[in-house]
Amino acid sequence: MPEHSHAGRHAPGVSSCGAARPALDDIDRRLINELQGGFPLVARPYEAVARTLGVDEAELLARLRRLLDAGVLSRFGPMFQIERAGGAFCLAAMAVPDAYWERVLAQVNSHDEVAHNYRREHRLNMWFVLATETPAGIADCARRIEAATGVAVHLFPKEREYFVGMRLEAR
Amino acid sequence: MNASTSKLISAGPLLDETDRRLIRATQGGLPLVPQPYLAIAEQLGIGEAEVAARLAAMLENGLIRRIGAVPNHYALGYTANGMSVWDVDDEVVDAAGERIGALACVTHCYRRPRHRPHWPYNLFAMVHGGSREEVRRHVADILLLLMRDFTGRLRGHEVLFSTAILKKTGLRLRD
Repeated sequence: MPEHSHAGRHAPGVSSCGAARPALDDIDRRLINELQGGFPLVARPYEAVARTLGVDEAELLARLRRLLDAGVLSRFGPMFQIERAGGAFCLAAMAVPDAYWERVLAQVNSHDEVAHNYRREHRLNMWFVLATETPAGIADCARRIEAATGVAVHLFPKEREYFVGMRLEAR
Repeated sequence: MNASTSKLISAGPLLDETDRRLIRATQGGLPLVPQPYLAIAEQLGIGEAEVAARLAAMLENGLIRRIGAVPNHYALGYTANGMSVWDVDDEVVDAAGERIGALACVTHCYRRPRHRPHWPYNLFAMVHGGSREEVRRHVADILLLLMRDFTGRLRGHEVLFSTAILKKTGLRLRD
């Protein structure tokens, strides 16, 4: 599969916080709000969805491509929960001294297992998600980060998830 | 590192090699072509019906949460996000979590282990808004709910605002 035909190779960069907000029309908003799940497993799914939005298949594909390119959508496709396949996710946090911030950040981000990483205002100032194919991989990756940085990695495994009803709405 | 990861072990279905190839082929997104499942099938050398059947099975067993658009919060104007964290009595934390998760402003709500003495919090609720003020108003609503319906059970809370996305690649199975 050539790269350009994939939805979602245009993941937003590391500093989209202050980016200008792209203009969305009503069809874009409906597409975003109504298509966060339930994409059909039929031969021509885009055509089926386009009909419900009142556009044709080619226009829906063009809009999806534009929303992905603009970073409004970070991806279009299946959202996997890899822990259901024996893999694991785990939230982790570190208290990184300012003087070592860049060095620790580069070290942490160099691990493929680090899926998301956010800076937060707290003594624990670096919060990231580890995603590994086996539960043992979490502790193993945390130990490797600790060994390389000399900073403790605190693990916050999910003990229970509470039902969340609403998804983010384009408004 | 001071938390047990034993709770992460799940007895989920094991993947066969075709499943793993299907995940690798779709984890970056579906092909934006009229017949995306056919395109994936051709890439993997299996039938289109098998692609659909395997994806349907993954939806059924929860390996796929859903198939669709994954919006970028920031691009939708949700420029502020606060991780609100709460120290709630263990006896009522699940009841409180169910109530907080049901609030419209909360996009994720989890119970996680405490790391005493520095981290007394066991309930995490991610709150999104158009500004920090909006996030703070939502957090105040959560606080009111807990004080009213779980009186005396809340010992403290904090809100951790994010100041930068340092990495966001999502989940990847390695090739």
